[in-house]
Amino acid sequence: MNRIEAVNDFVIKFANVNGSGSASANELFAKAIMRMGVPVSPRNIFPSNIQGLPTWYEVRVTEQGYLGRRGGIDMMVAMNPQTWDADVAELESGGYLFYDSTRPLPKEKFRDDIHVIGMPLTEICNAVYTDPRQRQLFKNIVYVGALSVLLEIEPEVIEKLFGEQYKGKEKLLASNVQALHLGRDFAKEHLQAPLGIRVRRADKVGERIFVDGNTAAALGCVYGGATVAAWYPITPSSSVAEAFQKYCAKYRVDPATGQNHYAIVQAEDEIASIGMVVGAGWNGARAFTATSGPGVSLMTEFIGLAYFAEIPVTIINVQRGGPSTGMPTRTQQADILACAYASHGDTKHVLLFPQDPTECFEHSAAALDLADRLQTPVFVMTDLDIGMNQRLCEPFAWDDSRPLDRGKVMTAAELDAGRDFGRYKDVDGDGIPWRTLPGTHPTKGSYFTRGTTRNSYAQYSERGPDYIYNVERLLKKFATAATLVPQPVLRPAAGRTPLGVIYFGSTSPAMAEALDALALAGVQLDALRLRAFPFPASVREFIDAHERVFVVEQNRDGQMHSLLVNELDVSPAQLVRVRHFDGTPITARFITQAIQSHVQARETTP
Amino acid sequence: MTYLTKPRLHHPTLEKNKVGYTRRDYEGKISTLCAGCGHDSISAAIIQACWELDIQPHRVAKLSGIGCSSKTPDYFLGASHGFNTVHGRMPSVLTGANLANRDLLYLGVSGDGDSASIGLGQFAHAMRRGVRMAYIVENNGVYGLTKGQFSATADQGSKSKKGVVNSDSPVDLVAMALQLGATYVARGFSGNKAQLVPLIKGAISHGGAAFIDVISPCVAFNNHPGSTKSYDYVREHNESVSRIDFISARDEITLDAAPGEVADVRQHDGTLLRLRSLHEGYDATDRHAALNFMQAHQARGEVVTGLLYVDPLATDLHTALNTSATALNALDATRLCPGAAALDRLNASLR
Repeated sequence: MNRIEAVNDFVIKFANVNGSGSASANELFAKAIMRMGVPVSPRNIFPSNIQGLPTWYEVRVTEQGYLGRRGGIDMMVAMNPQTWDADVAELESGGYLFYDSTRPLPKEKFRDDIHVIGMPLTEICNAVYTDPRQRQLFKNIVYVGALSVLLEIEPEVIEKLFGEQYKGKEKLLASNVQALHLGRDFAKEHLQAPLGIRVRRADKVGERIFVDGNTAAALGCVYGGATVAAWYPITPSSSVAEAFQKYCAKYRVDPATGQNHYAIVQAEDEIASIGMVVGAGWNGARAFTATSGPGVSLMTEFIGLAYFAEIPVTIINVQRGGPSTGMPTRTQQADILACAYASHGDTKHVLLFPQDPTECFEHSAAALDLADRLQTPVFVMTDLDIGMNQRLCEPFAWDDSRPLDRGKVMTAAELDAGRDFGRYKDVDGDGIPWRTLPGTHPTKGSYFTRGTTRNSYAQYSERGPDYIYNVERLLKKFATAATLVPQPVLRPAAGRTPLGVIYFGSTSPAMAEALDALALAGVQLDALRLRAFPFPASVREFIDAHERVFVVEQNRDGQMHSLLVNELDVSPAQLVRVRHFDGTPITARFITQAIQSHVQARETTP
Repeated sequence: MTYLTKPRLHHPTLEKNKVGYTRRDYEGKISTLCAGCGHDSISAAIIQACWELDIQPHRVAKLSGIGCSSKTPDYFLGASHGFNTVHGRMPSVLTGANLANRDLLYLGVSGDGDSASIGLGQFAHAMRRGVRMAYIVENNGVYGLTKGQFSATADQGSKSKKGVVNSDSPVDLVAMALQLGATYVARGFSGNKAQLVPLIKGAISHGGAAFIDVISPCVAFNNHPGSTKSYDYVREHNESVSRIDFISARDEITLDAAPGEVADVRQHDGTLLRLRSLHEGYDATDRHAALNFMQAHQARGEVVTGLLYVDPLATDLHTALNTSATALNALDATRLCPGAAALDRLNASLR
C-alpha cells in the first residue's frame, strides 16, 4: 500500500467535539512543532456552538514556510464519532488515521488505502483517572503524547511548554506531564513508530511570533492611542475588544492613581457602538469599534454621517461568510463593496487590507492616524482566517519617535491669532478641512455638526453650489487618501510577462505558494498585493502594464474586481476573476489550478 | 418663525452673570419653528438656566437627534459646539463624546419620536449606563416635520388633528427612566417656565443621568380638543408635586418657609434643590414611591410635573469605568503608547 512519506511537510487534522478541551491540546501540538524550528500554520474550523457540535483543527507543517491552507489531509486524528465517515473520506490515499480504538468499529468504517493506528484512549484514561472531567481533558494530552512518538516531536519541547503554561501551578504541571508520558509510553510499546510523516528539528521559524490577528489588531489600537472602544459581541470579532481590554489593563492604567486611560463600553447593539465611536471621535478621542458583516449593515447610517460630517472613526471588520447571518464561523472577503460604499448617497470609504497579524497590528494603528488625518471612517478589513487563527508572522515593531498624527485640529491660540476657521473649507488644497474640538475657545471656532448640507462655514444650506463644493471637496480628500494609505506591494516575476495577478488580505500566504508553483509550471506572473482602497496610482499602472490581470479574492461576486473596474475605469475584459467562496480559506492548489486552466484555455483557443 | 434678524449689538446695561456673560450670550440662531411652538419656550428656559448657572457657553456640548426638537440646539448656546446626529441615536453619540472629555457639560435634546419611537433602545441604555448629562425630551406626542403622525408617547384614545384616534398604548419615558436607573427624573411643561428653569438647572448640575420629559405642545399638529398634549389639556390636568428652587453652592441659604413644607436635597457639587412640597409626604428621593405616585395620578388623567426623583449622590459612567481625571482626549502619546521596549517583551512572550 502507498504510504505518504514527508518530513516537515504535511497536513494533520484533528476532528474533535466542541467543548471537549481539545483546543488547548491541539494548540500545544502546533506550538511544539514550531518550537522545533519548523513553521506551522494551524486553523480552527469551528461551528457556531459552545458544546457538542463538531470542530476541527487543521495543522499544516511546512518547512518551506507556506502558511496558507494547503488542501488535502495526510493524517486524521479522528476523535469525533459524529463526523467519522466524512473525516475518514477526507484523507489522502496513503495517509494515516489515528483513532480511539476502545470501542471496536466494523471493518467497513475504514478504508483499504490508508494506514490505521488505533489506540484505546478512553480505556487508558478510565484506568488512570476517576474524575470524568479529567478523563475527558487528559485524553487530549494522551493523544498528543502518542503523536509525539509517531511524528518524532521532542517530548522536552512539550514539557517546556507545559512549564511555561502552568508556571506556579505545580500540580497541573505534573498531571499534564504524566498524561503526556502515558500516551508516549503506550505508543512506544504498542504502535509502529515513526510514521512516514515526521517532524525534524530545523531553524526556519527565526524571530517570528505566533499570534492571532484579533489580538494583534487590539494591540495596534493600544499602540495607536485609541482611548474609547465601543462594541457589540459578534463572531468572529469579539476577541478584538476582549484583547483590547486585556492589553489596556496591562498598559493603560495610571500607576500613580490606578485610574484607566481608556474606556470600553459593550453597547446594546452595533448602532450604539458606532454612535459612541462617532461621539468620541467628534470630541477628539481616538475611538474604534470591532465588528463583522451584520454589524456593518447596522452601522451604515452612522458611517454615512461620519463621512459627510467628517468625523474620525476606525472600524475593524473581521469578515465572515455572508450575506445575512451567513456562515458566522467561516471566512470570506465579502464585505468589500458594502464597506467601500457604505451608506446612502454618494459615499466612499478608506479600507485597509492586512495580510496577517503583523499587518493587523500595523494597519489598526495606521487606521487611527488616517482617521484623524482624513477625518473620515477607516475600515481595517481583516477576516476570520486571519483574526481567529494563530499565525506565524513577523514580530510587532514600533518606532518610539513616531507621533500620533492628530490631523488638522485648530487650537485656541490659532483662533486667537485670527486664523480663519471654515469647518468645511479646503484651505490647504488637499480637500481636508480644519476642525475644532468642543470647548476650545469661548467665542471662536464653535460650529454645528450635522448630517445635512452646509456651506464651508458649517452653516445650514441647501444651495446647490454649496452642496457641490462640499461633495467635490470630499472627492479631493479621497484622492489625498490614496497617497496616505499603505501602498501596494509588488512581487515581480523572474522575467517579463503579460500576466499579472492582484490579491489582498488573507489570500496572501496561499498566493505566495501558488506563485512558486505556477513559476515551476512555467506560468510567470507579476503579483500586486493591494493594501488599501482608495487605489493608489500604481494599481492602475500595474493593470495597464499587463495584458491580463487575475483578481484573486474570497467572495462569490468578485467584489474587488468590481471595485477596480468601477474606480479605475479599466476594461472588465482585462481582469480575470478568481473567486473562492465556500467559507474555507483559499488554498494554493485552488489558485494554481484556476490560473493554470485559464492560461491553458487561452493557449488552446486561437 | 420670524424672519427678523436679531440685533448683533447688546444693550450695554444688560445684566451680566458671574462669568461675565449676558443672557443674550446664551442665545443661538433664530428659531425656524412655528410661532408658539413649545420647543422655543424650552430653548428660552435652557438659555435662562445656563445664564443663571454661570456656565461658560463653550463648556457645554449640545447634542440632538433628528426632528423639530432636535433642531433647537441651533437656537440656543451659539458659542457651544453642537451635533445634530442621526434619528434616535443622540444618546450613543453623547455617550461617546462624554467618554472622550469628561470636563464638558452635556446637554442632550430629543423629541418623543426621536427618543420613544426610533430611539427607545438608545434612550433606555443611556439611562442604564448613567451617562452624565441633562437629557431633555421635548414631548408633543406627534411628528411635526412630517406633518402630524402620532408618536409613541401619544396617549391611547387621544385624537389626531385629522380626527384619527390613537389605539396604541403610550410609552411613558418618565416611568422608564425611573425603572432603568436614571438618577434625576423630572417632568416639566413648556408653558411653565418658572418650574422648568430650576428643573433644568438641577439636571445640569446633577452628577449622573438626568432626564426631563417636557410636555411641549405642537401648535401646528397637536393643539386641538381631543389631544392630551395641547396647552389647554396640560394646563387643566397639570399636577405639580412640588415647587422647586435651585440654589447654587455659592449662594447663602435662607429659609423662608415653614418647617415640614420644604425638603432640601443637596447634590454632589454642593448645589441645593429646595423642594416645596405641594403633596404631603412626597419624598423625591424615593424611586419606587415616585413611580407609584406618578402612575396613580396618570391613571386619573393627570399630568404629574416637577422633580419626581433625585439621587443626590449619584455617580456616572466614568466612575463605573474608573477613567482618569484627565479627559481621555487630552492624553498624549507618552501616556497612551506603551513603546518599543514593552513590545519587544510582548513579542518574546509570543514565540
